[in-house]
This record gives sequence, structure tokens and C-alpha cells, in this order.
Amino acid sequence: MTGFRGRADRSVPLGVPAERIARPWPERPVSAANKSGSDNAALRDAWEQSAPALGPASATTAILGIETSCDETAAAVVAGGQQVLSSVVSSQVDLHARYGGVVPEVAGRAHVVRMVPVVSQALVESALDDSDIAAVAATVGPGLVGALLVGVSAAKALALVWDVPFVAVNHLEAHLHAAFLDEPSLELPVVVILVSGGHTMLVLMEDRLRYRVLGATVDDAAGEAFDKVARYMGLGYPGGPVIDRLSVQGAPDAIAFPRAMLHDGWNFSFSGLKTSVINHLRRNPDSTAEDVAASFQEAVADVLVAKARRAAAAHHARGLCLAGGVAANSRLREMTLDACTADGLAAYLPSRAMCTDNAAMVAAAGWWRLQADGPSPLTVGADPSLSLPES
Amino acid sequence: MIACSTGDVDETRAVGGAVAAVAATGDVVVLVGDLGAGKTAFVQGFAAALGVTAAVTSPTFTLANRYQGRLVVNHLDVYRFDGPDEVADLALPELLDDGVTLVEWGDTITADLPADRLSVTISFGDGPDDRRLDVECVGESWLRRSPSLRAALEGWPRG
Repeated sequence: MTGFRGRADRSVPLGVPAERIARPWPERPVSAANKSGSDNAALRDAWEQSAPALGPASATTAILGIETSCDETAAAVVAGGQQVLSSVVSSQVDLHARYGGVVPEVAGRAHVVRMVPVVSQALVESALDDSDIAAVAATVGPGLVGALLVGVSAAKALALVWDVPFVAVNHLEAHLHAAFLDEPSLELPVVVILVSGGHTMLVLMEDRLRYRVLGATVDDAAGEAFDKVARYMGLGYPGGPVIDRLSVQGAPDAIAFPRAMLHDGWNFSFSGLKTSVINHLRRNPDSTAEDVAASFQEAVADVLVAKARRAAAAHHARGLCLAGGVAANSRLREMTLDACTADGLAAYLPSRAMCTDNAAMVAAAGWWRLQADGPSPLTVGADPSLSLPES
Repeated sequence: MIACSTGDVDETRAVGGAVAAVAATGDVVVLVGDLGAGKTAFVQGFAAALGVTAAVTSPTFTLANRYQGRLVVNHLDVYRFDGPDEVADLALPELLDDGVTLVEWGDTITADLPADRLSVTISFGDGPDDRRLDVECVGESWLRRSPSLRAALEGWPRG
């Protein structure tokens, strides 16, 4: 084993008071393209002429990140793509609980109400002035279109008012950057298990902006399976935490639920598992919820970790990394850690705050994107079905 | 009403494929059934029969997925919808114009759906993988196609 790098119980402190000196981005010409956002090439040229060579000197450059792809309204200030100066997350989970899932219209309205206070708090906690913000990054997709539009519009407005670049960020790419914020010395390449309510994929991350999607779910996302099983069992929403809690008292081997596609490629399928749990409950109404929860959770974690392990071996990865809301699941974390110990891999288990949706990861990904691609034109809009760019 | 029974999820997909044979742009198919009944599986078979090669995944998170085959296939999940405003957000009329639209949990928004539609109700059978599919033509366009639909579903034991 090359070392366990995960810290399961560490939460990310808000408003890290560490080095707060952010260098203002140097003066640069405001081109017509910058204002209208109509011409990406012109904008890129203007940027390249004016921006300094991005080296260590700009490592304290602060970016405001905004995240509104689903049911968390979040803003964060991150310096140099690494140092989290503030990270504010306002969760709407209580608003959606009675519906058994995120209600898009409710989410959009809640983002509108919370956007300004959340951004203000992130700026205050960062101890920076507005003028210290070098760029504004926002998640443009994938996600709920009505929710995304709130964050994208707010980010563009702030970028225009402050006269700084706007950076469009892919939500999935942001998740890939989250682990670095907890673990700056993360050694690549790693195989990332990216699991949330809307996504389930296995990604080989070779460099900050170079990665390959090895496989993805062919039907339900892992988090969706948790939510739907919990819904069927009458456990409420969200399903992940409650099943995790119940499982502690249950036997993971009580019921042999299927492990779909376990030995078959890199893709996942969780729809059949969901149906199998429902079938079991219909036939055995007396089985204990704890055993069903534990056995279901075991089946999900088993498939995810088994495939990630195989992928790590096949692609000579140095570690396994968790990302996304389901990465907070305690059995998945435990199993990942065990697998890494057995295989001599590093285990990167980001804190719960970094696994779930947050804006620090958006600001970090935005910083890397800004360096690689320059500012995004203001014509870039929300894209609910944006996929991870293959490089 | 045409009743079919299937013995596993692949057969449910096959029934979806058989229904697709009589589908046309502008059609609406409403899918009714409990969790795990096979609504998404039906859509997977339906889309595959129309030449969609992309993986048809659950629309629960994104609410609406769109696939290009010989026809455009729109796949919606309206379980969490809360009133007509949400339906308006989906821009349903625009979706209907350019493809076949399949709506999971569509029985909750029937007031907002066109009067012409195919209703597919999937219920659990005796065995764990047995399902019963009740296919009902609602409105003129579907009633007219009822004989060809019945022929397309000929292979499936009638309940």
C-alpha cells in the first residue's frame, strides 16, 4: 500500500483564514468581444495578449465559483485552483423531501431566493474584496435547466459588472477536481468512481483536464437506486443517508441481491437491482428493513468497487478516488479503502462536503479551464445534458 | 384494451419494440406502473426498435431525455411534477411536434396531455419477473391504429 490519503471524518472548514492575499488580476483591455461575448476567438486573443504567463505567481488568483445544477445553492472562493477561502452551501433538501425527490420548479425558485445571500456570504467569508475576484465560474451543465440558468445568469452578471472573465464549468469535471481540494498531493492517474443521484461513471483521470470515461450506468444512477429503494420502503428522501444508517444494524449477506454486469465491461446497471429489491419485499413482507438495506447497499458498493479495482489494474492507476454524493456512503468508503489496502493503491476519500455538490470544486475546475481555454464567451448557456468532455 | 404478459424484462422490452412499429411522430405514450414494473425497459425496447443506439437511461434525474433514431424519441419522467407550471416548463407541445414522446408516471398529468394517446399500464404478475401490460388506445388516431397494434402484439399471450 502506498499510503492511505483519505480522511473520512474531516469536514472542510468554511472560510479558511490562511493566506488571504489574492493578487488582483492584472489590467487588461476590455474588448468588444468581451462585452458581447459574440466572438470566442477574438475574446481568446484579447485574453492571451493581456493575461500574464500563468505560473506560480498567479497561484493566489481567486475565483468565485457558483453551483446550482440541482438542489444545492452554492458559492465559493478558491485561490489558485487549490486554496478554499470560503465555501457556502445552502441545501434545499428539506424543501424537496415531501415530494420524494427534487422538484425542478421548486429548485429553480429556491436558487433565485438564495443566490445573492449565498454569494455575499462566500465573499465575506473569503475576506476578499469584490475587486480581488479574478474570474467567475459557474456550472453550466449537466443538471436541471431551470436550476442551472439561475447560477449561470448570476455568474455572467457578476462577470460583466466586475469586468472579469466568465468561465463555464462542467459539473462532472468539477466533481473530478473535488478530491484535490482535500488532498493537494493526489497522485495521478487515478480511477474515479463518480456516483450521485444523477450520474454513475468510472473515469480514468490522467491529468487535471485529461480523463477518459471508462464506463457509465446503462439505466439508473446509483444514487437514484438508493432513492427509489428508500421510496419503495417508505423511508423518505433522500434515500442514501437513511439506507446507510439502517444498514449498520443489518446483515449485508442476508439477501443475495444480483450484481449486474459484474464481470462484463466497465458499464453499470442498477435498475435490475432496484427491481430485485422490490420483488423481494413483495414476496417477503416480513423481512427486516435493516437486512434489506444492508444487502442492497452491499450489492451497489460491491459492483462499484470491483469494477474500479479492475480498471485501476488495467490502466495502471495509482489510486482509487471517490466523487459525488453517493461517495459519502460509509460502506462504499470502507470497501474502497479495503480494496486499496489489498491492491497497494492510494485511497482518496474526500470529505462529505467535497463529495456532495459544492462550489469550491466549480471554482477549482474553473481555474484549470481558464488557464487551458481562456474565458468562456457569454453566449455559452446552460446545457442540461452536457457530457464529460473526452480528451 | 390489449393485454400482454411478459416473463422477464427482455420480453417487456420486446413488447415496447412491437408497439414502436406502429408509432409515428407526434404520438404520446403514457406509461403507468409502480417502481420496478419496467417502464424504462419498455422505452428501451421502443427506442431500440426505432434504431436508437445510445443507451436509454432513466430520465428521473434530468426529467427529459432525447434520442435520435428513425424518429426522435423523447423520454420523460414526471413523477416529481408539481402542477401544470412544471409541465409548461417541459415545453411539451414543442417536444410533441418533432418526435414520439413517452411519459413515465404520465397518469399524474393526463389533464395536460393530448386527448390522443396510448396508455400502457404495467403491473406485477405472479412470478417475480412476470408482468402484465395493458395497452389502451385513447383518442381517434390511436383507435384507428388499434387493429395494426393488435397485430403487432399478436405474439404476446393475451391475458
